[in-house]
Amino acid sequence: MSIDATARSDSPADSPAASLAPSRRATARRYGALRPDWRPLASFGALLALWFAAHHLGWIAAKYLPSPLAVVERLMSEIRTGTILDDLQETLRRNLSGLAIGAAAGLALGALLGISTLVGRIVGPTVLAQRQTALFAWVPLLAMWFGGGDTGKIAFIAVAAFQPVVIGTWRGISLVPATYRELSDVLLLSRWNYIRLVAVPSALPMIFTGLHGALIYAWLATVGSELFLNISPGLGGRLNQGSQLFEIDLLFLAILLFGLIGLGYNTLAERAEALLVRWNSR
Amino acid sequence: MSLTQTFNEPALREPAFQEPAFQEPAAAASARRATARRGALALGPLASVLLGLSFPLALLLAWWGAARFGLVPEQILPAPGTIYDTTLGLIADGTLATHLEVSARRVLIGFGLGAVFGLAFGAAAGLSPAVRAFLYPPVQAVARVNVLAWMPLLTLFMGIDEPLKYVVIGWSAAIPVILGTARGIENVSPAFRELGQVLHFDTRDTLRLVAVPGAVPSIFAGLREGLANAWQTLVLAELFASFEGLGYLMTWGRQLFQLDLVIIAMIVVALAGLAMDLLLRLAERRAQPWTRGTADVH
Repeated sequence: MSIDATARSDSPADSPAASLAPSRRATARRYGALRPDWRPLASFGALLALWFAAHHLGWIAAKYLPSPLAVVERLMSEIRTGTILDDLQETLRRNLSGLAIGAAAGLALGALLGISTLVGRIVGPTVLAQRQTALFAWVPLLAMWFGGGDTGKIAFIAVAAFQPVVIGTWRGISLVPATYRELSDVLLLSRWNYIRLVAVPSALPMIFTGLHGALIYAWLATVGSELFLNISPGLGGRLNQGSQLFEIDLLFLAILLFGLIGLGYNTLAERAEALLVRWNSR
Repeated sequence: MSLTQTFNEPALREPAFQEPAFQEPAAAASARRATARRGALALGPLASVLLGLSFPLALLLAWWGAARFGLVPEQILPAPGTIYDTTLGLIADGTLATHLEVSARRVLIGFGLGAVFGLAFGAAAGLSPAVRAFLYPPVQAVARVNVLAWMPLLTLFMGIDEPLKYVVIGWSAAIPVILGTARGIENVSPAFRELGQVLHFDTRDTLRLVAVPGAVPSIFAGLREGLANAWQTLVLAELFASFEGLGYLMTWGRQLFQLDLVIIAMIVVALAGLAMDLLLRLAERRAQPWTRGTADVH
């Protein structure tokens, strides 16, 4: 038993997913943060130069490839008229509402699955199997249930955010090291105190990983829902407009914004995660 | 479910893409050990399966009951009987098989293209620091914007026919394969590399005897993620623009207000996705005979 306990004590580190995490982070560092490296900048510069050249030397018809300057100009005029800002606001509002609903539901169910082994064994397999469904397969069903308007979109975003959170929370809580459990048994902690003092703090990093995933998925679902469901104000609507009306500068602008906001979300989540990990390991 | 597909560089991609296969055994095993220790719920594997099945069965029963007693209108949730009849009909007239075949072909071709490209590029990035330094970041930047956002642009270039589908599916599949391959090769234990150097292996032997075997687990993780992505993107592409395939079946059902079609297509998509993942997992076991003894990990 004591051997088992020692073996289990570092078990989160041996679980393959957990042991992958540090190495991924290490790779990220190697590829990313350690980089006042000129070489990636050089290739980005080359890419930009190529873009300019392809446009101005007429390699690709201007119809298909706007000049980078045209994209900047479009952004300026969109900001001046305020259209793009309204679209962004609409999109972000939908995104955050869906995220909040999905994450809250995911946290609640994940906690239930993690705390009660019985519930975990009864409901857990269904949750895992449901994860295999392609996310976008939900779009038509949700559209029929909630309509293609705002409600349908938010419902879809919530479903997207729900999945990673429920898994992260469940895993985090059920992987509390056995030594902690034993300690709390020895200390005769009540179930509530166990959850408050042991389970939640120890599960926090994984819950956070789930939330990070939710952020990414919810963003993807936001743009997807705007592309697939009724057209309404929002970034996805502009993407559609750019494609259908052949306003190539608008299309590039929308893609850039889509990428930049995703990037912003990621950076935010990574920073918060780093902060949390530091706090957690203290 | 791994949707998607952002090249999310390693750290950020990771939350989204943990394959259930990785986490689930860990969680399940630890739960089993924990319960065994507590002696509370020490059940055999059969009981586990039964418990796991009990929930979907209860849902089905509730669904059946709700339909039977008219608690839910047909337009919101068709009765299980209706779904069953429609399924039989779709199988009998071959509609389901046709759509499934179209979708499967798209996924296989797209995934094949993406996997080949991903393996090649990932290997180049893993083996050559120069490739990694120069080419990795731009690819990462492009891939970070989900293929979903590129779709309207790609449509302008190549229309909405099959090539578009192959490209977007391949694109989304390639990203995790690139990452998995590059990371796998790069993380091969330096001791093995040194051994190779001591033995004067040439490039080919280094690849064959050191890099590839060491990188196989990571490559397979990438391939599985890539396949999941391919399947996700298939649905996306078929919802976006298509006249056949499972995604189209859903759109069509939605337009006809035939919810049974939508639900059947969802179920088929889920089952086919599960089956593909299972096949790849079997292939993985084959490719790494040395892990068979330690089956607990998988």
